[in-house]
Amino acid sequence: MTGDGAQPWLIRGARLLGGPATDLLLADGLIVEAGTGISARGAQVLDADGLIALPGLVDLHAHLREPGREDAETVQTGTAAAALGGFTAVHAMANTDPVADTAGVVEQIWRLGRQAGHCDVQPVGAVTAGLAGSRLAELGAMADSAARVRIFSDDGRCVSDAVLMRRALEYVKAFDGVIAQHAQEPRLTEGAQVNEGEVSGRVGLTGWPAVAEEAIIARDCLLAAHVGSALHVCHVSTAGSVEIIRWAKSKGWRVTAEVTPHHLLLTDELVAGYDPVYKVNPPLRTAADVAALRQGLADGTIDCVATDHAPHPVEEKDTEWQVAAFGMTGLETALRVVHQAMVQPGLLDWAGVADRMSVRPAAIGRLDGAAGAVRVPAAGHAHSSGRQAGGTHGSGSGTHGSGTHGGGSYEAGPALVHGRPLIPGSPANLALYDEATRSVVDPTMHASRSRNTPFSGVELPGRVQATFLRGRPTVLDGKLTR
Amino acid sequence: MNRHLISIADLNRDDALLILDTAEELAQVADRPIRKLPTLRGRTVVNLFFEDSTRTRISFEAAAKRLSADVINFSAKGSSVAKGESLKDTALTLEAMGADAVVIRHAASGAAHRLAGWVRGSVVNAGDGMHEHPTQALLDAFTIRRRLGRIDGLAVTIVGDVLHSRVARSNVLLLRLLGADVTLVAPPTLLPVAVSSWPCEVSYDLDSLLPKSDVVMMLRVQAERMNAAYFPTVREYSRRYGLDADRMQTLPEHAIVMHPGPMNRGVEIAADVADSARSTIVEQVANGVSVRMAVLYLLLGGAQAGGSQLEAAR
Repeated sequence: MTGDGAQPWLIRGARLLGGPATDLLLADGLIVEAGTGISARGAQVLDADGLIALPGLVDLHAHLREPGREDAETVQTGTAAAALGGFTAVHAMANTDPVADTAGVVEQIWRLGRQAGHCDVQPVGAVTAGLAGSRLAELGAMADSAARVRIFSDDGRCVSDAVLMRRALEYVKAFDGVIAQHAQEPRLTEGAQVNEGEVSGRVGLTGWPAVAEEAIIARDCLLAAHVGSALHVCHVSTAGSVEIIRWAKSKGWRVTAEVTPHHLLLTDELVAGYDPVYKVNPPLRTAADVAALRQGLADGTIDCVATDHAPHPVEEKDTEWQVAAFGMTGLETALRVVHQAMVQPGLLDWAGVADRMSVRPAAIGRLDGAAGAVRVPAAGHAHSSGRQAGGTHGSGSGTHGSGTHGGGSYEAGPALVHGRPLIPGSPANLALYDEATRSVVDPTMHASRSRNTPFSGVELPGRVQATFLRGRPTVLDGKLTR
Repeated sequence: MNRHLISIADLNRDDALLILDTAEELAQVADRPIRKLPTLRGRTVVNLFFEDSTRTRISFEAAAKRLSADVINFSAKGSSVAKGESLKDTALTLEAMGADAVVIRHAASGAAHRLAGWVRGSVVNAGDGMHEHPTQALLDAFTIRRRLGRIDGLAVTIVGDVLHSRVARSNVLLLRLLGADVTLVAPPTLLPVAVSSWPCEVSYDLDSLLPKSDVVMMLRVQAERMNAAYFPTVREYSRRYGLDADRMQTLPEHAIVMHPGPMNRGVEIAADVADSARSTIVEQVANGVSVRMAVLYLLLGGAQAGGSQLEAAR
C-alpha cells in the first residue's frame, strides 16, 4: 500500500511517546487531529494498537557514500535504511568523493535525497576544502545553496589546527551554522587501532588513548566559548569527554554532543577476536565509558544519539584488522539499540527517546523550524529550485501556512521541519514502534547496501513497524512502501 | 590441545608441559645419524611468511622436514600478495592446495587468528604483529628448563621494548603459566599503559633486579623506535637498559642470559655478554627446531594417535 501525501491516514490507538492510546489523523502532510474515537472519514486506517508513536527520528551523522562510493551505499539505499529505522531526516556527512565542500556537491546530494524520497537528506558541508585541514571551504556558499547547509564537519578527520578551528567557529556565526568536530588529536592516534587500555596491550594493537579525544574537546569548548559560537561534538566515546562537556554546558557555552548507538552498548572486549566488524572510529571503549555515556545521555549532557552509519563493502572488512576500514552500519538498528541500552535499564522513557533522537538533533541541525524552514517544492518544480533564498522561510511555527515565496518557485507545502511535537499542526513525520517484540538482527535483510553491522546475530528488542514522512508512509508493516 | 596454536592463552599448563616434554623426546632425533621421523609423511605444511624472517622460517621448515612433512614455502616477496591479493584469498588458495598446517608470520596483530577462520588446516602463529609469538616463548621455556632444570619458582627478568614485543607477550603468559615470577623492565614509554593488569611485576630499574634474577631475557630494540621519542638516544637507552659485562657480573652465578634474536650488539646487549658462557642464544636457535617439531607433531599427528605414533617412531 503506497499512498501519497494526498491520501489521508488514520493511525488508530498509537501510544504517543509511550503514553495512552491516541488516534492521529494525517492529511496534507500534517497531523490534523489527535484524540480518541476519531472517525476515519475515508482515510486509510492503520491499526497501531500497542505501538509507540515517536516523532520521525533525525540522524545528525550518517555516511551515505554517494557520490563516489556507490559500491558501499547510495542515497537511495541509505535513506531506505533510514526509513526502516524510523528516521525521517538524515544528515549526510561530507567525506564523499568529490568531497561535499562546494555548493554544487551539497546541492547534488540534497537532490538525490529528494529523488529517493525515503526521508529528507540534509547535507553536511566540509569545514576545510577537500577535508585537507588547511583552508576553509566556501561555507557561506553551501549555507546559501538550495541545500541550506547549517552543519559543517570534516568528519573522519579532526580540524586539529587550532587557528583554523577558531576561524571556522567564528565564520559560521554569520548564518547560524555549527561546527561538528570529529575530536581526534592526530599525533596521539598515529596508527591507532583500538582503545588504549587493558585490551590493546593484550591483543597487541596500537592504542587509541581517550586523551586524544578529550584534549580536542576541551580545546574546542574553550574556543567556542571565546568566540561565542556553536560547537557540536561528534560521537563522544569516553567518560572523560562526558565530564568535559558537562563542565562546558555548566558554563552556559553553546556546546552540544552526540553518542552513537554502538558506543552505548559495545565494549573493546569485542576486539579480542580481531573481527574488523568491531573496528570503528572512535574505537569501542570500556564498560566504564559505556556507563558514563549512558548516564550522560540520560541526564542530557549528551544531547542526542547519532548513528555514524558507516557502510563498507565486504572486502574492506574481510581482512586482517589493521588494513580493515573503520565503521559500522547503524541506521536500521539505532532505535532498537537505544531501546536496549537506555529504555530497558530505565535510563530514558519514550519521551526521552523522542527528545534525544528527534527533537534535539532537529534543533542542532536547524531543522526544527525555529529559524525558519524551507518548504516542500511542489511536484514538477523539484528540479528547478536553483538557489534557495532566505526569503522562503516560513513562519517558523511548523504550521501549514499559506507560505511566503521568496523565490516564487514554490507552492505552499508542509515545511521541511522535523522534531516537532505529535500535535495537530505539526508535519506528519513519525515512527510507529513495537516495543513488545524481539528478534535477531539479520544483515542480509537490511536495505543498506553494506552488511557491516556489529549486531549481526544479536537479539535486540523492538521493531519499527511504520514510518511516515509528511503524511506519506515510507515504511508499513516493517517494509519499505516503495 | 586446540587445533591451532595462535596464542599462549590457548594452552593450559598440561598442554604446555606436553609440548616441552615432546620436544625433549624429539630433540634426541637431532643426535641421530639420520635426523628424520616418518610421522608426518604425506602431510603438507605451508610456511606463509609475510614478513622477512629467515631464522623462524628455516626453523619451521627444518622441523617439518624432520617429521617427513611436505613443505611449501610462501613468502610475500614476488608473490600474488605483491599484486594486491588479500590475505583471505591467499588463504583460500592454500586451502585448495590441501595444506594440513599453515605456519603464518604477518605484520598485522591477529592475522593468525583471522586465518584460522578461513582455512580447515591447523594454524601455527609464527609471530603476528605486536601480539604473540608462541613458539618463541615455548623454545625459551624449553631452553630455561634444560639449563636450569626447572621453570617453577624462577625469577625471570624481561628487558626492553615490551610495548611492541610479541615475544614479551607470549613469554609473560607462558612463564607465568609454568610458575615463574616474571618482571618486566623497560623505560615507561615502552610499556603498555595497562601493564599493571599483566600477570607480572614491572620495574624501571634494571640494576636492582639483576642480583635476584635467574634468567635475564633481552629484547631487541627496533630501529624504528630509535627516532620516535621513546627514549632520547640509543646511547642513553644502552646505558640504562642494556646488558653489558659489568652488569652481567651482578647476576647470580647460575643465571642465564637470553635473546630471541636478531641482536643489536652494543645496544641492548654487549658483544661479550652475547658470546659468554651464560648466553643461551645459540641453544635457543637449536631448541627452536625441537619445539616446533613438537608443535607440528601434536597438532597434526598426535591429536589423532595420542602418543603412540611417537612411541612407534622411536
